[in-house]
Amino acid sequence: RERHRAKRRDGDREKKKRRKGRRRRASRAGEREDELQARHEKREAGRRKRAKNYQESEGRERDEEEQAQIKTGKTAKTKKNIKNEKTRKVEQEEGEAEERNAKGKKKHGSAKKEEKDEDGGKCAAKEKTQEVKKKKHKRKGADTLNSLSPEELEKLKEAVDERKKLIQGLRGKPWSMKKKLVTLRESQEFVEKYEGALGKGKGRKLYAYKVMMAKKWMKFQRDFENFKTACIPWEMKIKEIESHFGSSVASYFIFLRWMYGINMILFGLTFGLVMVPEALMGRPYGSIPRKTVPRAEEASAMDFAVLWDFGGYAQYSVLFYGYYNNQRAIGWLKFRMPLSYFLVGVGTVAYSYMVVIRTMARNANESGVGDDNSFNFSWKTFTSWDYLIGNPETADNKFASITTSFKEAILEEQESRKDDNIHLTRFLRVLANFLVLCCLAGSGYLIYFVVRRSQKFALDGLDTHTWWERNEVNMVMSLLGMFCPMLFDVISALENYHPRVALQWQLGRIFALFLGNLYTFIIALMDEINLKREEEKIVKFNITTWEASLYNSTVSENSTGPPITIQPADVPRGPCWETMVGQEFVRLIISDTMTTYITLLIGDFLRAVLVRFLNYCWCWDLEAGFPSYSEFDVSGNVLGLIFNQGMIWMGAFYAPCLPALNVLRLHVSMYLQCWAVMCCNVPQERVFKASGSNNFYMAMLLVILFLSTLPAIYTIVTIPPSFDCGPFSGKKRMFDVIQETLESDFPAWFSKVFSSASNPGLVLPFILLMVLAIYYLQSTSKSYKEANVELKKKLQTQNEENKKKNKRAALKAQMDLEEARKAASQTADSSQRLYHGKNRRNPPAPVREQGLPATRAPVPRNYHHGNHGAPGYLPGFPRQSEPRMHRVPSLQRH
Amino acid sequence: MGNKQTTFTDEQLEAYQDCTFFTRKEVLRLHGRYRELAPHLVPLDFTNNPDIKVPLTLIVTMPELKENPFRDRIVETFSEDGHGNLSFNDFVDMFSALCETSPRELKTIYAFKIYDFNRDNFICKEDLRKTLNKLTKGELTPEEVTLVCDKAVEEADLDGDSKLSFSDFENMISKAPDFLSNFHIRI
Repeated sequence: RERHRAKRRDGDREKKKRRKGRRRRASRAGEREDELQARHEKREAGRRKRAKNYQESEGRERDEEEQAQIKTGKTAKTKKNIKNEKTRKVEQEEGEAEERNAKGKKKHGSAKKEEKDEDGGKCAAKEKTQEVKKKKHKRKGADTLNSLSPEELEKLKEAVDERKKLIQGLRGKPWSMKKKLVTLRESQEFVEKYEGALGKGKGRKLYAYKVMMAKKWMKFQRDFENFKTACIPWEMKIKEIESHFGSSVASYFIFLRWMYGINMILFGLTFGLVMVPEALMGRPYGSIPRKTVPRAEEASAMDFAVLWDFGGYAQYSVLFYGYYNNQRAIGWLKFRMPLSYFLVGVGTVAYSYMVVIRTMARNANESGVGDDNSFNFSWKTFTSWDYLIGNPETADNKFASITTSFKEAILEEQESRKDDNIHLTRFLRVLANFLVLCCLAGSGYLIYFVVRRSQKFALDGLDTHTWWERNEVNMVMSLLGMFCPMLFDVISALENYHPRVALQWQLGRIFALFLGNLYTFIIALMDEINLKREEEKIVKFNITTWEASLYNSTVSENSTGPPITIQPADVPRGPCWETMVGQEFVRLIISDTMTTYITLLIGDFLRAVLVRFLNYCWCWDLEAGFPSYSEFDVSGNVLGLIFNQGMIWMGAFYAPCLPALNVLRLHVSMYLQCWAVMCCNVPQERVFKASGSNNFYMAMLLVILFLSTLPAIYTIVTIPPSFDCGPFSGKKRMFDVIQETLESDFPAWFSKVFSSASNPGLVLPFILLMVLAIYYLQSTSKSYKEANVELKKKLQTQNEENKKKNKRAALKAQMDLEEARKAASQTADSSQRLYHGKNRRNPPAPVREQGLPATRAPVPRNYHHGNHGAPGYLPGFPRQSEPRMHRVPSLQRH
Repeated sequence: MGNKQTTFTDEQLEAYQDCTFFTRKEVLRLHGRYRELAPHLVPLDFTNNPDIKVPLTLIVTMPELKENPFRDRIVETFSEDGHGNLSFNDFVDMFSALCETSPRELKTIYAFKIYDFNRDNFICKEDLRKTLNKLTKGELTPEEVTLVCDKAVEEADLDGDSKLSFSDFENMISKAPDFLSNFHIRI
């Protein structure tokens, strides 16, 4: 029953509001609108009849909603909110009603337009403008009424644009879907109706055309968007992992997918612009020496062992640098092969830089900027739950980790933790770092030693050695990469860091290890390159003598006959060092991939199987105890991926097949790791994420990109290419191909401009300018940062002041309240007697409820009616006070 | 669509795409998920906008929500009647607001609504206490909870009314590093 009464009361109030709103509008409209007002009311009545159904249903809904809200919100506070909301709603509804109304009128107007000739049209236009005016009036509040038709058109256009904007921003509005749909429909109708009316004469057609094109474009964009999302692979797989393991594990897979995308593009570049043209249009296999397997190797060229090592036929194919011919233009397309090769090499690197930096910038924009301590507890409270988790076990772990993090934070808050023995921990940390350094140095030396040994083996010839001796380098590198991180993990237990800090240390160490290994490998390779170049000189000399002898013999034997043809396989050739480098990298990638997969199978799958099935007949609980199931190591895997990519970037110039291989590898590891993670890993026990970890990894990727392009560029720039293999053979330096193209393919003035632009006199000032610009930007950003800190400080002090002020105000208000209470109790008796009847007729509740500000929980106006009290919040004050309290002021008012 | 029975008209799908962050395929998938919850209640044919609501108890059995400590609040926040009965519109709305592409501002608004247990447009200490207890499964002692609530309010409260208004909340959340990555549900 109470509910019913409340509803009725609400209805009354609503009516009152509506009336009030109408009145307000009317007064705003001014004298000239009086006539219109009358019409408007008439129309509104008509419209009501028309839109009766709609309104009725809406009203019913509203009633339901109100009922629900009233049921739940029992305190006066809530009621107030409902009221505010309702007021707003009523207003909105009124707005909607009026719009509908206007539309109806427009319909009317257009009908008239059709019926009558120009005069009637004018009339309709007039009406329309009035409408527009009114709408504008309503929407913006203040608008001049006496406006001319172009202005009105302008306004109409504005309104249409506004609606359009509304449609576009609709998805970001925090409204209920029903409202969104209704608004959308109405706005669309509005736009459709008025868009046609806009513009006149020539402009009109153009405008209509524009509108149509815009519509088509929107449609196309949406379809394209749909298509794009349909193209993103592995969405469901990642989603499943996300729900099982939370966002940190999923972030690895998203990273993997991103990497896959990049490699796809790199692969497209090398495949489409280098490999395919050479295979289709270049000279076929066997036509020239560099494209033929030498006679000595022919017998074993098809053996699987040789092919697996990327020797034999694999070596003399488009997969490697040495196969490419230095012919300037190939095929009927006159494809500039060497130029394309060079540009693709440069483009690969440039594209990678661009993508990585752009992603980093975007991440930096997305992640909120803030210092770590200012909102420690509130962040923990409001943002620590990972909404993606959908697996009970993970959820349990997350609960536990959140609890511990809270406990830790509380402990830290209560007292800065006392270190029980600072000397011991310090000693242990130094020891740990020493051990790690030893590990790093040892691994570096081991790799150097192995590479040196392998060179010796290579000199002896491959056949005399076992499989292990041939693949020693790669295997050692992979094994080091596998076991050293475990060792580091053990060592880091000594240090007793906070897990987050420990993770960072661990990452840093693994990074150093990988980097050290890679660079040792490169240095060893450099040695080998130098060796090969020595060899090359000898071979070159030998070849000239061989040619001379050949020439001599042909001349001496029969001078008239045709010169004997030499099989390309028999021609002696140099040790193409570029191909050698490419091969090394390909082998490295292959062995790395193999080790990753095998580790996955043994370390995760086998372990899981053993733990699962041996558990039935074992003396302790294997699942909960020592071996248990493995966790997914996000950071290690991400680092592995990053280094793998680094190797691709390093070797891609000398082995165009590397991106293709990598795409294959990533594809397989996506499926394999997805499977492994779902079937044999358990959710992490300590689920935490280094904040902003995305950019942390991206920064690592950038560093690796830089470090891996460094040696590649060094070799390209400083070492002359081999004389008899590769697209740049016969040139002094690889980049001479640019010079050549400029000279022969472009007009003379262009090369002149280019050469003068590359003059040091121009380049140096340019570099200087860039440095200055960087310096300037950096200093401005620094000053911005300082200003930021300053502002933050100011804000904080202001907050504190505010708090103090509020407290004071609250105290004062409380005192005032006491006074008011006293006064009330004094006057209450007499007033009650005098105005008994009036009070009954006009109960205080609605009065109290009506004039409340929307946002702040207020001091009811009644209290500072008689005193000077500033409006402020009363902390301890119960908002619903005794009805007696209200009588005093209400009496005074009446 | 093809020769299959139509679930939505093209206009409906367009409208949903205008109002949400979903593509056409995702809307259809959502409908599938919605129907999965109560196959006997929800028809396949939605072309005439049937007025159907699935109760909260069924909604929270979705794997996406099952483990979420705030699942009831989420569903209640997005339901039009406030009790957690979701029509399909509300359902789509919920996942649209929580999806990856929705902007931070929208998410902030809804996060505030979700954490505002008593719906008074303020997050007071009682709300915070409830949040904490749900978040830790009640494993913190009452003293600890009180301490954390006090600290959180002290940190984030800008106007000194010892509860968090929306602007306080927005200010706090806008700087949180993990909010966007954690406050989304992939469907």
